[in-house]
Parts: sequence; C-alpha cells; structure tokens
Amino acid sequence: MHSVPDRQWLWLAAALYLTGFILGTIRLFGERKKSTGLTYGIVVVGFALQTIGLNIRGMAVHGCPIGNLFEIFQFSAWSATALYLVIGATFRLSLLGYFTACLAAVLTVVSLSVPSWDAVRAVNVFHGNHWIEFHAALALFSYGVFGLLALTSIMYLMQVHSLKSQHLQGFFSFLPSVLDLDHISLRLLTAGVVLMTASLIVGSIYWVQDTEMVNLTKLFMTAGLWVAYLAVFGLRMKSFLVAKRLAWACIALFALAVISLWPVNSSRKPLPEKSATHAFQHS
Amino acid sequence: MSTQNRTLFVVGATHHRTPLELREKLALTPDKLSQFWAALAKLRGLSEFAVLNTCNRIEFYGVSEDASTIAELQERFCEFQGFSADEFERVRQQSVGQEAVRHLLEVSSGIDSQMIGETEILGQVKDAYAEAQTRQSVGPILNRLFQKSFQHAKYVRTNTAITEGQISVANVAVDLAQKIFGQLEKTKILLLGAGEIGEKTAKAFQSRGAAGLTVSSRTLERAMGLAREFGAAALPFEHVANRLSDYDVVVCSTSAPHAVITAGDVSAAMKKRRAQPLFFIDLALPRDVDPAVANLENVFIYNLDDLARIAEENRAARENEVRRAREILKEKSEALWKQIGGLVAGSAVAPRAAAAQENPLSFGLSPNAKS
Repeated sequence: MHSVPDRQWLWLAAALYLTGFILGTIRLFGERKKSTGLTYGIVVVGFALQTIGLNIRGMAVHGCPIGNLFEIFQFSAWSATALYLVIGATFRLSLLGYFTACLAAVLTVVSLSVPSWDAVRAVNVFHGNHWIEFHAALALFSYGVFGLLALTSIMYLMQVHSLKSQHLQGFFSFLPSVLDLDHISLRLLTAGVVLMTASLIVGSIYWVQDTEMVNLTKLFMTAGLWVAYLAVFGLRMKSFLVAKRLAWACIALFALAVISLWPVNSSRKPLPEKSATHAFQHS
Repeated sequence: MSTQNRTLFVVGATHHRTPLELREKLALTPDKLSQFWAALAKLRGLSEFAVLNTCNRIEFYGVSEDASTIAELQERFCEFQGFSADEFERVRQQSVGQEAVRHLLEVSSGIDSQMIGETEILGQVKDAYAEAQTRQSVGPILNRLFQKSFQHAKYVRTNTAITEGQISVANVAVDLAQKIFGQLEKTKILLLGAGEIGEKTAKAFQSRGAAGLTVSSRTLERAMGLAREFGAAALPFEHVANRLSDYDVVVCSTSAPHAVITAGDVSAAMKKRRAQPLFFIDLALPRDVDPAVANLENVFIYNLDDLARIAEENRAARENEVRRAREILKEKSEALWKQIGGLVAGSAVAPRAAAAQENPLSFGLSPNAKS
C-alpha cells in the first residue's frame, strides 16, 4: 500500500465541475442568463486538474487508469469533458457546458465518494499488452462520447418540449436549435459507433487468440451495447429512427451502458497466473 | 466665459408628447439639417451642440453660455421649419444638467424608444455624434457625454433583458424558426396566401437572411406579383400539397374559409422528410392548417394567437426590465454628471424631482418614465 496524491487532484477537479454546475444553475435559473465563459473556464481548469490526477494514476499503474470502477467513471467523465471542450467551442454550445459540468460532477463526485470502488485494483489487467489497453481506452472513450450524446439528446427533448408546449422563456430560451442539436447528436453517434467498433475490432483480435482472457458477461454486455448503438445508427441513417424516438433511444442506451459497468466490473476476475490485485490507500 | 454660466441641455420633441403628424413637420431632411446646422453654428452663446433627428424624435443637445440661448434655439428652429412656436411649446420637452445626461443615456439604451429595447437608436445616436464631430460642433462636454452614453448603453443591454424577446408577431415567428432551424440562410420558406401579415413575416424572414422564399396564392398572378416583389419563386396553389415536403417553414395567411392544409397532407410530406422538422406559421383567420398537425412528430405549428401572446409576454418582460435599466442608468448618470458637472454650471443642476416640479415638460416626466 502506498499513498497516492492523484485523488487530491481528482477531488479538486470534481469540486470545480460541481462549482461550474452550481454557478451555471444560479446563472440560468436565478439570473436567467446564459452560462458563457465562466462555466467554460471552470470546466477547462477542472479538466486540467483531472488530467493531472489521471496522469499521476497512470504513471503509478504504468498504463491507462481504467482498472477499477472508480477509474472507469473518472476516465468516462474525462472523455466527455474533453469532447465538450472541442465540440462546445466549435458549435458555441454554452448550455452543453452546463450539462457537461453536471455529468462530470456526478461521475467524479460519486466515484470519489465510494471508497470501495477504488480500494482494490486489478493490476496487469491488460497482460502487458498495449493493444488490449488501447482497446479498453477506446471503449471507455466511446462511453464518454455516448455520455455527451445522451446530454445533447436531453437538450433536444427539452427544446422540442418547449416548442410544442410553447414554454419558451427562461432556461428553454438558451437551448440550441432543434436542427443543430440533431446534427450534433448524429455526429456524436457516428463518432461513438466508430470508436466502439474500432475498440471491439482491436479487442476481438486478441480474444480469438485466447478466449479465456475475457469473461462472457463483459463480452455479451459490450457486444450487446455495440449492436444496439449500431442499430440505432443504421436506423437513423435510413431516417427510420429520428427526432424524439432517436433521442430517447440514445438516453436509454447510455443509461444501459452506465448500469452495465457494475456487472461487467464485478464479473472481472484477475487471471491467476498473470494478474494480482493492488489496493490503493485513499489520500 | 465662466463655467458657472454654462448649462448642459437637451430640448426637442419626441414620440412621447408629439403625434406622428407633428413629428413629420418637425423632422429635418438631410439638406435642411445641413442648413440648420449652419444657422445653429452662428447662434450666440451656443458653445457645443449635436442634433438627434430620427422618425421618433428631434432633439438638440447643447451647452449654452447664456440663459436665453435655449429659447433662441427653439425660436430659430420653429422659424426654420415654419412651425408654430406656440404649438412647439405645447409638445416640447426639455431637460438640463444631470437630467439631460440621464436622458441621453436612456435614449441610447433604447429604453426611451417607442419600441422598448430596440437597438437601432444607438446607431442613430452614434450617427448624430459623428455628424457633430465632423462639423466640429462638439467640445469636451458633449464629447464625454456621448462617448459615455455609448458605453453605458452597451452595459445596460448586456446586463438587463431589455433587448430580449421579439415584440412583433412577424419577428416572433422568425425567432421561433431560428429555434427550430438555427441559421436561416438555407431554410426554404413557402408563403401561402397574400395576407398583409404574411407579407410582413416573409419580409422579416428575408431581413434575417432567409434566401429561399417561394410564394403561392389562389390566383397565380397575385403569387407571381408577390414573388417579383420579394425576388422569390412562385408556386401554383394546386401544387402546394404535393410540394409541401420541399419546404422547412410554411407561412399561411390565406382568406380561405376552411383549412387548406390537412393533417393528411402534412403526414405525407413528413414521410419524405422524416429527419427534417417542418414549421407552420398559421396567421390566417380562420386557420389555414388543421390543428391536428400539431400531434405529428417533428412538426411545429404556431397560430396568430400563439404568436401574439408570445409578443405580449416579451413586451411585458421588457417593461419589467426597464425599471432595472433606469436604476442602473440613474447611477451611471450621477457618476457621469460628477465628471461633467465641473465643466458646466453647478446652479443648473436640478435634482430630478425638483426639475420635474419646475418643468412639467421635462424629459424626466415622459409617459414611459417608470421610476
């Protein structure tokens, strides 16, 4: 056991995400103003601190820090935030920053608040193979993309609801247009499916060589999720699944993806001959 | 001349007290403005001046060295315009000192405008100041006053909601279209019918960048005439139902006694454009679009009552914000007056209440004044 300072950085990052979310809430619902540079700035600083924390963790474990549920949540939050910083600036989606701050705050605060998630970490889970590590990182990055897709889908549903019910004032007035949200969602869906497909291709190359390497629960969960997202993507491209039904599908699938992390993680069994467990002392 | 005798003033006539037919007579054409400027330049005791001449106001901002200068300016203006001095006296509004400062700040911010929060006035005040600068009729006092008024106007617009929400039916409709489609450059609009409000809405769309406009009317000649006017295409009325899927926004204002677009028409159109929303702006009475259309996915519909209600809500919201804007500008004008006051007569500074009591025609007592 040894003390690691990474959690301190991650706590600071979580505090900033939470601050961004709270300030955004005050600004939107109290002052009725759009969250602009302030939220973006806070999320940027939070992201930088989280990057430092994850980097320290990565250096300590000699790899991508995705070895337990805590790290998976942290990495997913980091991926979603990284994407927002690119997409939010490109599409001027200030309200997406507010939602991203909310998502990142929830994922990071919850993961930091449950010590048992980070008490034990499977080491050598990637068997020293960087390709398997790359496969896992890609898969989790796609979770980040799907997380952001769920957020834009929520924004889409809110905008449609506001237009249909004619409640256009206050919070609703800051939402991006229906068509812009649809375009962004389609791009995120495409990016997520491509990343997940690439991740599964890389993973499957090694899985066929050693089928014992991956437990079946994880395999079925991940493959099922991939098939579901692929189906949604195909139906969207054929215009069979659009508008509200598409948005609900994206939200439901992300919820399923997050929920599936528990059984996947708890079913993970370190391989006896190559891996061991490593306990982290919380700083 | 000692600063003790200088007075900062504004005198003129605005939409608050002057009806349109009188404002038309008072307005200066560019040629006449140029001529009158020359006359003002010769006016004894007027050390600085600027003229704000818009469709809703003719106002003279100035610094007088002499108590009689303001009256003389009015007299010359009435003579020049061939306007009755007595009548001008009835509609005239005037403020001096800090009240004049506050008035310009409120004008520049748009809270003194007929359409509260409109942004065009700031450009007009800037033009008036630029004109005065070109003609070298402004000095240290008006320079500071105008420059600060631009800064404070921007502050108020940024920190209050006086410019938020459209207050005309046509602009509300365009705002809604932007909420659905974002940028309107590539949005295809069908103007169905030749109602006046429909035309206004089509113009509002064009003024916000919408280029793809098609006009359809029961009589093709009328449609072609309107299409020429708008630089748009014309579509025979009988083809509308089949071509509905080609358009993003349909503005309806026909005088048909029944719905001309049915839920079946729209449902068929949406099968061809599932992923693309369709927006109906139904300005006709009786309504042109079957209300059942609202239940279709990705279809949005607003009728005249809906748009009028939103416009009214926005107007009420703006008026609430005016109170806040006035408070901000009061503080700003006090601070600005402290800077300018040293250059003009301290005795001319009239507290707002006192000024209002002494001069019932003060700008401070305009009907829109809330505070």
